[in-house]
Amino acid sequence: MSRDAALVDADWVEAHLDDDSVVLAEVDEDTTAYDGGHIRGAVKIHWKDDLQDPVRRDFVTGEQLGALLGGLGIGNDDTVVLYGGNNNWFAAYAYWYLRLYGHDSVFLLDGGRKKWELDGRALTDVLPSRGPRPYQASAPDLAIRAFRDEVVSAIGSRNLVDVRSPDEYAGRLLAPAHLPQEQAQRGGHIPTATNVPWSKAANEDGTFKSLDELRSLYAAAGVDFAVDTIAYCRIGERSAHTWFVLHELLEQPNVKNYDGSWTEYGSLVGVPVAVGDEPGEAG
Amino acid sequence: MSCGPAAAASRAAEIDLGTQAIIQGTVVHGGRPARTAYVRLLDASGVFTAEVATGPSGDFRFFARPGDWTVRVLAPRTAPVQSTVRAALGTVTEVELTL
Repeated sequence: MSRDAALVDADWVEAHLDDDSVVLAEVDEDTTAYDGGHIRGAVKIHWKDDLQDPVRRDFVTGEQLGALLGGLGIGNDDTVVLYGGNNNWFAAYAYWYLRLYGHDSVFLLDGGRKKWELDGRALTDVLPSRGPRPYQASAPDLAIRAFRDEVVSAIGSRNLVDVRSPDEYAGRLLAPAHLPQEQAQRGGHIPTATNVPWSKAANEDGTFKSLDELRSLYAAAGVDFAVDTIAYCRIGERSAHTWFVLHELLEQPNVKNYDGSWTEYGSLVGVPVAVGDEPGEAG
Repeated sequence: MSCGPAAAASRAAEIDLGTQAIIQGTVVHGGRPARTAYVRLLDASGVFTAEVATGPSGDFRFFARPGDWTVRVLAPRTAPVQSTVRAALGTVTEVELTL
């Protein structure tokens, strides 16, 4: 992986709008955004209704994902280009999710919906018409997904990267500031976690910073790539953005996204929590 | 339950304002609501904290914490503008930004 192997820009997308083997998919936090206008030909993936089990907190099965993607007209050999609002948070989440389930050819549109709009490029409310295709998801690749017990055992021994804003890390906010402040039972962070807000990896227009800038960012924060890394945030979408940076752009193999993130960890009974701006001590 | 900005706004009436420090307002461009604009909330040291796209009437809302913040707006074909605001618990702090 490298920048070119994981990202496409808006000019590339415009040049492939009529390429039947390329499927654009919009994934937003504000799930109404697509309905008001999207890139021509793009399908919509709802990060919650489509990608989360409706009862227990977990992902849909591979069979269900196959039915979703196939129903959207996405085949196993198609190239999927994901984009969305919030600087591609949920598009990065869907990217990580598709990788988890083994889709080979998947890219992010650099800058996402925001840069597309800031550049004055066209959106449409016309829905695409792609016929269904067969889709077979692979077994989930758990080398890129972390669960809570692994996270607890990583305290003090592996890189834990908390990618939320400094106020959430310190426990002064419990959610991103565009959401009501309610979620986990406790505020703070996992002891020994380093705070590298996801936003530091992106330019103001939502594009990713250069590889040199990204390497410097994590090096300056003390992230030692000789050690395995787990990224987390509140529900795993911003940390998917950071997972994308570390695993796909910087080609670090041993990076997992903890999608349980703070809404799970901050409500667990008995686990250690650090508050304030410092990482805190293990044990 | 969606947790997007639009959903957050629609739920505002249900929110106990006593536990929130809300910054909200509108973005205006040429005397009209700016429907395509991105509003960023930066903390007192300039670090990004949140971002929303404006609603149909150029509106936006943040659930901040008490303290000083910068609200910065990006929009097509115009330079960014920003304004500093002070948020307080139990208060809705209004700010209007003109592009």
